[in-house]
Amino acid sequence: MRLWIARQRYLIDFTLASLARRKTKNIGLVLVFALLVFALASVTLLTSALRQEAARVLAQSPEVLLQRMVAGRHDLIPPGYIERIGRIRGVQQVEGRLWGYYYDAVVKANYTFQVAADDPPPAGRIVVGPGLARFRGVQAGNVLSFRSYSGKLFTFTVDAVLPAESELVSADLVLLNEADFRAFFDYPAGHFTDIALSVANPQEVRTVATKLAAALPDSRPILRDEVLRTYQSIFDWREGIALALLSAAILAFAILAWDKASGLSAEEKREIGILKAIGWETGDVIRMKLWEGMLVSLGAFLLGYLAAYVHVFHFSAALFAPVLKGWAVLYPSFTLVPAIDGLQVAPLLFFTVFPYAVAVLVPIWRAAITDPDAVMRG
Amino acid sequence: MRSGLRPSSLAASLIGLLIILFLASFADAGRLARQRAGEQATRGELAAKLRLTDLALFTEARYTRHLSLADLHSAAQDHPLSLEHFPSGSLMPPPAHLRNHAPLDRQTTLPD
Amino acid sequence: MIELDDIHKAFNQGQPNEYWALSGIDLTLAAHEATVFSGPSGSGKTTLLTLLGCLARPTRGRVRLRDEDVSGLPERFLTEIRRRTFGFVFQQFNLVRGLSALDNVMLPAYPLGLPYGQLREKAENQLASLDLGHRREARVEWLSGGEQQRVAIARALINDPEVIIADEPTANLDTALSRQFLDILTRLIDEGRTVLLTSHDPLVVESSVVDRVVRLRDGRLVDSAA
Repeated sequence: MRLWIARQRYLIDFTLASLARRKTKNIGLVLVFALLVFALASVTLLTSALRQEAARVLAQSPEVLLQRMVAGRHDLIPPGYIERIGRIRGVQQVEGRLWGYYYDAVVKANYTFQVAADDPPPAGRIVVGPGLARFRGVQAGNVLSFRSYSGKLFTFTVDAVLPAESELVSADLVLLNEADFRAFFDYPAGHFTDIALSVANPQEVRTVATKLAAALPDSRPILRDEVLRTYQSIFDWREGIALALLSAAILAFAILAWDKASGLSAEEKREIGILKAIGWETGDVIRMKLWEGMLVSLGAFLLGYLAAYVHVFHFSAALFAPVLKGWAVLYPSFTLVPAIDGLQVAPLLFFTVFPYAVAVLVPIWRAAITDPDAVMRG
Repeated sequence: MRSGLRPSSLAASLIGLLIILFLASFADAGRLARQRAGEQATRGELAAKLRLTDLALFTEARYTRHLSLADLHSAAQDHPLSLEHFPSGSLMPPPAHLRNHAPLDRQTTLPD
Repeated sequence: MIELDDIHKAFNQGQPNEYWALSGIDLTLAAHEATVFSGPSGSGKTTLLTLLGCLARPTRGRVRLRDEDVSGLPERFLTEIRRRTFGFVFQQFNLVRGLSALDNVMLPAYPLGLPYGQLREKAENQLASLDLGHRREARVEWLSGGEQQRVAIARALINDPEVIIADEPTANLDTALSRQFLDILTRLIDEGRTVLLTSHDPLVVESSVVDRVVRLRDGRLVDSAA
């Protein structure tokens, strides 16, 4: 065993000395490789953290949400609708929700106005989300004015700002009481935005939903299950930008591997010939090259992954912020709870390290099996 | 190669260090998870209290803000042929429950 | 010590450019002697060296090393025997560029896995005995022709072989360096080694160091004058 280690160390000595001869090129190679791993690993880590976040935070969302559709579009719940539900068995609580969007033309941001069912703020006062507060520079006690869609200017006093750590779910929220909400949006009396239902037995949820759909044909029930599943496909590799990134990364890896696999320089061929002539066996040559491939790819992978980890969990994926922000003006500031999915990291390791190590071997196979006397004939 | 510092020693130290850091990152992840769990719980409580259904990640448009509540035609709301024009549309696929139209599969009653 | 029995060596066998480098060589070489193989280019001298030193296998015939038949051995065993018994000094030196003299000298011993300190000391001693101690950290491409040859010799000696084989050792050297080489040769013989050379340099062929001259022409022996 000790002998084996000693031999591998010598092989590594030689291959590193060999690489050191083209220092700039090889360091560049490691950095590019690491950069690719960084990009892919960052997306992977961000994705699993956000998916877990959604799964945990939204776990208490209403069991069934009922929306009303008119001509395929979301419409208001008219008066009397809620009463028709009350008789369905299994439904514990029925609550009409009031919420809507407000576009603040002054700062070009979208806010979500919502009536807080449990603890509504007093008349004329609102509770705002931390993102909004930060954006408009307000705190408790300040005054905010909004021009309603009917043209009237409404002024509210900020009662409180929601806790900063809740920003990922509450960044753009404006909570008010029902009367203020209806007045501000000119919301028709007795109408609601949608209905939240709680069902006691989780196994009955589907049945309840079917009954609802039958009883109210123009409604669309949305189950908590579906809400949770929505976020499990965030940043899916099969879609959009993530797919573009993955394709670009695969292409880049392929180019790197192709460059390695497509042949040896005359210098490298000569070197291998010399090694054979002075007493190295074919196996020694191959093992030496394998070490080269493994050290380069493993080193690059570790560098890239560590950088990605720090980027996502210590810097909140700052480099992706412009992409995630898109055209939005309000973007939540958040720190993620690490949730590392081994099933995503392991394939990343496997598919970067091994193909490269193998690619390094391809061109030298032929050179490694040359006859030792070739260097004298050549 | 200077005496005492073989390339293989240098490489071994470097890779060894990186591996240690790699393993440490998992320990750090555990530590951060515990540390930030409280904040996550706060978010969960608020979401439960306000009956929230979505993260406030994409505030560009209505259907990107409340993705799970988006209706079937949200993305084409300007006109039937309109294409996706918000960047977050390429980050989040339409929710699964929109893609299988199950809610529309129900018993029909014939009009009189 | 080394016996060649009806040796034939062909290249590109079975192809239109088939070429027999050696035909019917019978030879016995004694130990502790310096033998020179002489002849015009194309006479098969270099090919003969590769067969003697187990660098290649004969197409036909047997090679015996200390009464052991080595021509049929698989690569691994042949390489091991070669490593232990023979040290090669190539005409073009064939040193690895970018590495220091010391690294080049240690290179043949890498697959053996000797303790590093030990190997390094051995290599340093070899270079010192050839007056190259002060140049051991220098990259080989910065060394002069004579220095490079001495590095090549030191490399050939690293595994302490019994036989040193050198192909046209003075071809790239001037007279002074050639004489220097012959001095090294004398020392090697005094150490108890066997030396096999190819050369068409009269300085070497007619030197007093050489015990035997074997002449070749067109792949056959001409005569073997002592």
